[in-house]
Amino acid sequence: MNKYGVIAKFDNPQSLVHAAEQVRNEGFTKFDCHSPFPIHGMDEAMGLKRSKLGYVIGVMGLTGALFGFGLQTWIHSIEYPMNISGKPYFAYPAYAIITFELMVLFSAFGAVFGMMFFNRIPRFHHPVFYSEKFSDVSSDAFYVSIEVDDPKYNENNVIDFLKNIGGTEIEVLTDES
Amino acid sequence: MSIKSKALIRAEKLLPGNQDFTSITNDIAGVPEQKRTPIQWWLLFGLSLSLLSIFVGSVGFLIWEGTGIWGINNPVFWGWAIINFVWWVGIGHAGTLISAILHLFRQNWRNAINRFAETMTLFAVICALVFPGIHVGRIWVAYWFLPLPNQMGMWPNMRSPLIWDFFAVFTYFTVSLLFWYTGLIPDLATLRDRAKGLKKKVYGFFALGWRGGNRQWQHYELAYLVLAGISTPLVLSVHSVVSSDFATSVIPGWHTTIFPPYFVAGAIYSGFGMVMTLSIIARKVYNLGHIITVEHLDKMAQIMLLTGCMVGYAYSMEFFVAWYSGNPYESFAFVNRALGPYWWGYWAMIFCNVVVPQFFWFEKYRRHIPFLFITSILVNIGMWFERFVIVVITLHRDFMPGAWAMYNPTMWDVAIYLGTFGLFFTGFLLFLRFLPMVSIAEAKLVLPESDPHHGDSHE
Repeated sequence: MNKYGVIAKFDNPQSLVHAAEQVRNEGFTKFDCHSPFPIHGMDEAMGLKRSKLGYVIGVMGLTGALFGFGLQTWIHSIEYPMNISGKPYFAYPAYAIITFELMVLFSAFGAVFGMMFFNRIPRFHHPVFYSEKFSDVSSDAFYVSIEVDDPKYNENNVIDFLKNIGGTEIEVLTDES
Repeated sequence: MSIKSKALIRAEKLLPGNQDFTSITNDIAGVPEQKRTPIQWWLLFGLSLSLLSIFVGSVGFLIWEGTGIWGINNPVFWGWAIINFVWWVGIGHAGTLISAILHLFRQNWRNAINRFAETMTLFAVICALVFPGIHVGRIWVAYWFLPLPNQMGMWPNMRSPLIWDFFAVFTYFTVSLLFWYTGLIPDLATLRDRAKGLKKKVYGFFALGWRGGNRQWQHYELAYLVLAGISTPLVLSVHSVVSSDFATSVIPGWHTTIFPPYFVAGAIYSGFGMVMTLSIIARKVYNLGHIITVEHLDKMAQIMLLTGCMVGYAYSMEFFVAWYSGNPYESFAFVNRALGPYWWGYWAMIFCNVVVPQFFWFEKYRRHIPFLFITSILVNIGMWFERFVIVVITLHRDFMPGAWAMYNPTMWDVAIYLGTFGLFFTGFLLFLRFLPMVSIAEAKLVLPESDPHHGDSHE
């Protein structure tokens, strides 16, 4: 029976953003704000750093472009130089299209699988799924969760704090139901 | 006193009635959760399956017998197969335009139709990819398209537009699939949270354990934005590359630099026609008139007017350049399009693509649903004829009169083309049945309540 943390419900996007600001100001770090859709300004309210996903995509895109250009150059200049309609072996302007397409393809893989990596998904088991009410988060509910791992975590204080800032339906979640 | 901004007033028109987050979830997720499938769905599905069986049968016979069963001849080596390939891949383009380009421009009205349009893209590109695949004749060696090391030391010619096209369309399909699936993850989580039993397991598997935390949304939004950003040049490149299959040849009527932009405009035009057809049917069958509103149809009609005028401009510019170039072969190719034996194909194209969209200058026609439905079908007929004009009319009379010939399709050409509708609609109907046809998370963003500053008063 490992404790996971405390969740509290808020009424709407505004109150969730206000709650996020207060949780951050209180000094919590291991918390999250759950909503049915991304909320504008929430990253600043939670004090999150900019996502590093862009770098992953950039590196993947560059790899794709280099691979595409290298593949074509290698095939026609090194592996099997063949005269087709008198075109030069190293016809680099003709390589632009496939270089571009592979850059896009690799970037797309970088974006999707990089997103999964940073989000730690797929992860089918998570304590929040034990809460009956939490499942409304994918429809119309807004929740704050504060985890046990947080250095400032003290169960009674956290519950009181969440109540004070307007949280309702407060639940303490454990790793097994 | 709070002053409503113009954007909010428009947002209210896009989602009329007293809707909130809960009602949006219920309305959209309610469709795949229906206990009883509507009878119209079964009728359409039965029709699609019959067409699909025609497709399987005729493609099977084609593989058995060879491309000789088609009407292609010398000089019209590219018949209906290439017409259909370009037509289907063009239809797909509107899906990416709606989901990627309109996302980058922050056109929130797209949120009601983007899922729809992206799904249309996926199945349209599958239908398109069938044609070059079966056109190679020996389909069992179609993998020679790929740059695979082999014992023959044989490689594709990377300097040929045909292989560029293979890479472009293949990349396009893969990226569209990733984009579609990424957009679907939060909605699959919604379905998972509402379902029970086996359905919950299946939706849950594909939802990947999405929890809707902002630490997830943060990376998710960036990934989505980047996918939109890279899909935009990708979609423009795909039809440009398709056009270079034609434009890099020396055939009069094909060898023109106007082809890439003209193909892209035509692709978007036909794609919006198809989105219009499908959304009018779906909002009728599923009573979603309050989510896919007349406002959305109006906006799509405006884009069709714009792109219709662009293709109209391209048609006249082609004629002008053919005359201005002073090249007799080029001039002949165009006169032959309008006045040659296939004049009806040319004028059908002009009527459907240039004359019909002019009605969209008037708001009355842009909001008249039966009129929109008929026009959207005419647009797709017109765009099919555009490719007929480009492929068949251009090829059947080129330089030397001794090499001219007429082209007649056979029943197998017709059967395979009709069959792809079976492939397309079977896939699309299964999507309508089991997945949310409107993005649940994104539709909520159109509501004014989703803005964290909603209700802030400006004293």
